[in-house]
Amino acid sequence: MTASTASSPPVALHEPWEDLSRQRQAATMGMWIFLLSEMLLFGGLFAAYTVCRSLNPMGFRAGSHEADLVYGTINTVLLITSSLTMTLAVRAAPARLHKVALGFLAATVALGLAFLAVKGMEYHEDLTKSLFPGPGFKLPQQGAEQFFSFYWVMTGLHMLHMTAGVIAVSRLIVVGRRYPEWLETSPAVEATGLYWSLVDVIWMILYVLIYLPGRGG
Amino acid sequence: MSQAAAQAADGRPLTYLSNGFTLRSWLTSTDHKRIAILYAVSITAFFFLGGIAIGIVRLELVTPTQDLVSADTYNRLFTLHGIVMVWFFLVPSIPTTFGNFLLPMMIGAKDLAMPRLNLFSWYLYVAGGLFTVYALIAGGVDTGWTFYTPFSTMFSNSHVLAAAMGVFVVGFSSVATGINFIVTTHMMRTRGMTWMRLPLFVWAMYATSFVMVLATPVLSVALLLVMAERWLGVPIFNPTHGGDPLLFQHLFWFYSHPAVYIMILPAMGVVSEIFPCFARRRIFGYQFMVYAMVAIAVIGFFVWGHHMFVSGQSGYANLVFSFLSFVVAVPSAIKVFNWTATLYRGQITFEAPMFYAIGFVGLFTIGGLTGLFLATVPIDIQATDTYFVVAHFHYIMVGGSVSALFAAIHFWWPKMTGRMYPEIWARFAAILMFFGFNFTFFPQFIMGWMGMPRRYGSYPPEFQIYHVLSSAGALVLAAAYLLPLGYLTWAYFRAPRAPRNPWHATGLEWTTPSPPPPLNFDAPPVVNEGPYHYHPAEVGPEARPEGAEDEQRASSA
Repeated sequence: MTASTASSPPVALHEPWEDLSRQRQAATMGMWIFLLSEMLLFGGLFAAYTVCRSLNPMGFRAGSHEADLVYGTINTVLLITSSLTMTLAVRAAPARLHKVALGFLAATVALGLAFLAVKGMEYHEDLTKSLFPGPGFKLPQQGAEQFFSFYWVMTGLHMLHMTAGVIAVSRLIVVGRRYPEWLETSPAVEATGLYWSLVDVIWMILYVLIYLPGRGG
Repeated sequence: MSQAAAQAADGRPLTYLSNGFTLRSWLTSTDHKRIAILYAVSITAFFFLGGIAIGIVRLELVTPTQDLVSADTYNRLFTLHGIVMVWFFLVPSIPTTFGNFLLPMMIGAKDLAMPRLNLFSWYLYVAGGLFTVYALIAGGVDTGWTFYTPFSTMFSNSHVLAAAMGVFVVGFSSVATGINFIVTTHMMRTRGMTWMRLPLFVWAMYATSFVMVLATPVLSVALLLVMAERWLGVPIFNPTHGGDPLLFQHLFWFYSHPAVYIMILPAMGVVSEIFPCFARRRIFGYQFMVYAMVAIAVIGFFVWGHHMFVSGQSGYANLVFSFLSFVVAVPSAIKVFNWTATLYRGQITFEAPMFYAIGFVGLFTIGGLTGLFLATVPIDIQATDTYFVVAHFHYIMVGGSVSALFAAIHFWWPKMTGRMYPEIWARFAAILMFFGFNFTFFPQFIMGWMGMPRRYGSYPPEFQIYHVLSSAGALVLAAAYLLPLGYLTWAYFRAPRAPRNPWHATGLEWTTPSPPPPLNFDAPPVVNEGPYHYHPAEVGPEARPEGAEDEQRASSA
């Protein structure tokens, strides 16, 4: 194992690989399988949510009505846009457009942080409206408290994933600023892009499950 | 490969073992073989921890009254046994040790595809283990290994959070290992190593990895919900708030039934390597062995409901899950028949790995057939939560999985350590283990059928004879586990050095020196034929050549 010192540039090619393109394929494949695993992680939550909603349809409706559609929609827009900037960065990196790639990565981080900030404001408002399950919970309907249990667990877990994503993209920026060539070849760029897209897709589903059941019809 | 040709200080060729002797050189190594050893040491520690817990339980059960430990302590002991044995021993046992060590070598690779992820997975395992050890030291958990709600979320006065956190963290270790194995099998096979030339052990690891990657996250999320409900008080499973405790059982068993296949598929892979070698015979029906393993992995995902026949699940669900549980027995039976057919007209010798492997087939068959009893709804209603169930799954997990683990330890010991092991002692230990195992668990079938429920520290006196038999058997079994610890430790320092291929076995792992150099092969091997070519297709098998091949000394001279 070669320990990279602070002065030498990071090496994209690691043991046991002899060929960078194979290594990139392997990293991409590994990330896809990890995403499969992540889908089962959230899939379990979605299944549990669906079962509970079918047991308490009116409670979930009342709960969803209390969820803040404005914050949710703003966040959806922010996250979809961040997926666009992330994808552009992933495409720009191997095309040797270092400045462009770094710019889009920075935009992705900014949008991700904006998402987290909006989410924080929404949480704050939820807490002041006593929407955290427990004594003094705002809604009387059977199941509404359960809806908000899922709300907090699902959005909380998603926030953890967002935070991890922001850290991963920031790392690309930090290393990429010092060694632009690394961005061209490193398997980490595409893998991070894939991860970011999954976190985005999960949010799309959460948006539908959380904000929409109490509206319309 | 200049590194492989390098000489260590004592003039012997550099091996993965002599490639650094400091603690740091082990704890930061990304060599798959060293990580396998790290795992081996850690799972052994947990194996004995779980063993001590159940030892006290068996001692308590010698008398019908609750006299050695309190009922509460008793609950904590069998819970500890279950959690430790399932998640910290059986699930990682063969994949993280032999899978890690052998998978790259069997396909002719230098390492796993993601060596740093591999090391990281071991640290995750240790982190999860620390949570569990903390839960133990702080006072233990009393929910049973299944963490059933609402007891675990609302009523239990024990360290559920720490224990659930431990299992949650170790789950990611499994996922990381699974991803690594899948990518390695896809991307790193050497020239000529086609899918249908893979040794069955590799196929077993591949199938197991998919189960790990797809089932483990569902357990993680189930435990996450339990932790959230317990810690934050959010009513997810709480029936007074419209929750459904049965939902937890569905999520839990969606992982925990496939987990049984995580434990048994690697064992099947091990015996599929050992039978051809000691029968000098090609494996019977290679392709069907592959399809059977894949079928077990796939169908295994759709049988979880048979754990809930008496939980209030709908009758239609019971019918479907019962049917599917019968279906999954078919590929398992194919494997048993094929192993048996491999022995037919073979030139069989009875080295210790072969004893363990034959023991595996017998015990696995008993465990599997009693599983069919329990998959039958009316019989399960009679036998559920009795010692019949306990005996059934111990026949699979201990009789099956652990026997295969010991078979693997002996079979690949010369490769891993570069030393032989004392054959007489090993055969004795293998026979002792088979005897001790049946002595322990067969009485449990009988008393379970008579109605002795599981998880009780006191019981009606008419069951005492069976409990005494079972506890005496456990003593024998403990001796059979401790014995290899003794003679293998001796063998590591004192036994004769092993040649490359002491068993005259096929497989790329036997073409490198014992123990292997850090990068496994001097040059990437090329494969020209399928696995298990112990004899030409048209000719019967011949007896194994006397004595060990001495290529290694010849090549180094």
